[in-house]
Amino acid sequence: MNFLQMIIPLNITKTISDWISSIMPETAASYTIMVVIAVAYLALFAVAGLYLVLLERKVAAWFQLRIGPNRVGPWGLLQTMADALKLVSKELTSTIKIDKFLYNLAPYFVIVSALMAMAVFPFSKQFQAFDINIGVFFLIAISSIGVIGILLAGWSSNNKYALIGAMRSGLQTISYELSVGLSILTMVLLTGTLQLSEIVEAQRTGGWLILQGHIPSIIAFMIFMVAGTAETNRAPFDLVEAESELGAGFHTEYSGMKFAYFFLAEFINMFIISSIAVVLFFGGWLSPFGITENIAWFPEVIWFLIKVLGLIFLMMWFRWTFPRLRVDQLLTLEWKYLLPLNLMNLMLMAIIIWLNWTI
Amino acid sequence: MSYFSDIYKGIKTLLTGMSVTGGYFLHARKGAITQEYPDNRETLKMFDRFRGEVVMPHNADNRHYCTGCQSCEIACPNGSIEIIWDRAVDPATGKKKKKIDKHIYHLSMCTMCGLCIEACPTDAIVWAPNFENSVYDRSALTKVLNQPGSSVLDGIED
Ligand code: SF4
Ligand code: SF4
Repeated sequence: MNFLQMIIPLNITKTISDWISSIMPETAASYTIMVVIAVAYLALFAVAGLYLVLLERKVAAWFQLRIGPNRVGPWGLLQTMADALKLVSKELTSTIKIDKFLYNLAPYFVIVSALMAMAVFPFSKQFQAFDINIGVFFLIAISSIGVIGILLAGWSSNNKYALIGAMRSGLQTISYELSVGLSILTMVLLTGTLQLSEIVEAQRTGGWLILQGHIPSIIAFMIFMVAGTAETNRAPFDLVEAESELGAGFHTEYSGMKFAYFFLAEFINMFIISSIAVVLFFGGWLSPFGITENIAWFPEVIWFLIKVLGLIFLMMWFRWTFPRLRVDQLLTLEWKYLLPLNLMNLMLMAIIIWLNWTI
Repeated sequence: MSYFSDIYKGIKTLLTGMSVTGGYFLHARKGAITQEYPDNRETLKMFDRFRGEVVMPHNADNRHYCTGCQSCEIACPNGSIEIIWDRAVDPATGKKKKKIDKHIYHLSMCTMCGLCIEACPTDAIVWAPNFENSVYDRSALTKVLNQPGSSVLDGIED
């Protein structure tokens, strides 16, 4: 039962799981533990998502020579908490002609698929909820479920702007999923495994994969970041919620907490894309040059978070620099540039591995 | 071959853009343009071209430049200015001359178009950078621009 191995220092989780197993029969205990882990993850990533929103607002402000939120709490640290509280207290309004069931289902689709993907990430050696041997495949599969939620939201709102936004999202995800998949595949060629923890382990001796695979790895990383930004529907690929054309796109008709779910899901997705990139290209929780490898108590999760935050910052940098693409430009970029490049890159990687030219 | 040069150009221009915003990001802490308004109320300096409201400057002897020509009243597209004028004997020349009794300015109707200021032949009215104009009663927004007891400066003719 490898989902029991969480959070290393003090072995809290081990103690808790031993304690639960001691007071319950085997199956009941394992279910209880699953629920406990799920709740812990839910709470952790809801808060992490809120702080990513705050980070985004601060970073956006700095990019635009502003100050950013600085009123609620010291340095505005409680700003997004206050926003979330406000959203919880808001009325959940809806229009008359919505498809009630789908309308209510859609936000949960989006947020649940985002949170589900979190389960497989190896934040450190022990901090991983669910270590399956097809981790990468699971991630790709899960991350494309979210778009169903967006399509449902657009469709069930019975609003033309929402529907246009949702259809754009479908279009975008179908196109860019290919690039994400192929660039991940390029890296999987190098490791020969789909299990995320083993992909990280493969980088312990040979160095980070972006160095091991040199040229094709770097190209794959660039393509992955572009396609990943598109997958999360963030600017410059935010045609889905293009404020200037579509109101708020697919979530035009949502209010209160349901709106907050969509909003939070965007930020958790950003975290997911960055985490995938960290695991596949930057050695996951491994420290650079192994500087903390021999320090037993050092929480390796810190390295993971530093790398993830670096990539998230990169995505924010994209967002506050580039203007939004038109739909035809979006498709040109994918089908005319990223996809052929990606296929060539895959061949290149295969040749390099075949000739044993990896570092 | 333009395919690859397009990619090269694309990446190059994107990086140029990112270096510009990156530069902003790095010195945002020092060069932020945000005015933290209620906190810096004492030191806040509005910009030269800011249009807050129309005022009539007076000098130390309570004299102004307004001859009562009514150009501003005619120029105003929405009738925000009313001039109540009179005729009085000018002591210097002994002739009867137009003078203002009240220069009434309805700030609540003004669109800040600036036509009155452009129309004024003697530059008697100017923009003031004053923006804290909220009041509890809109009658407070009807202002008399010439101060009580003021008179036009000697020798000002339109
Ligand atoms: S600024 Fe324009 S609207 Fe206002 S008083 Fe002058 S002419 Fe009238
Ligand atoms: S303010 Fe200027 S334009 Fe208006 S009445 Fe006086 S002198 Fe004439």
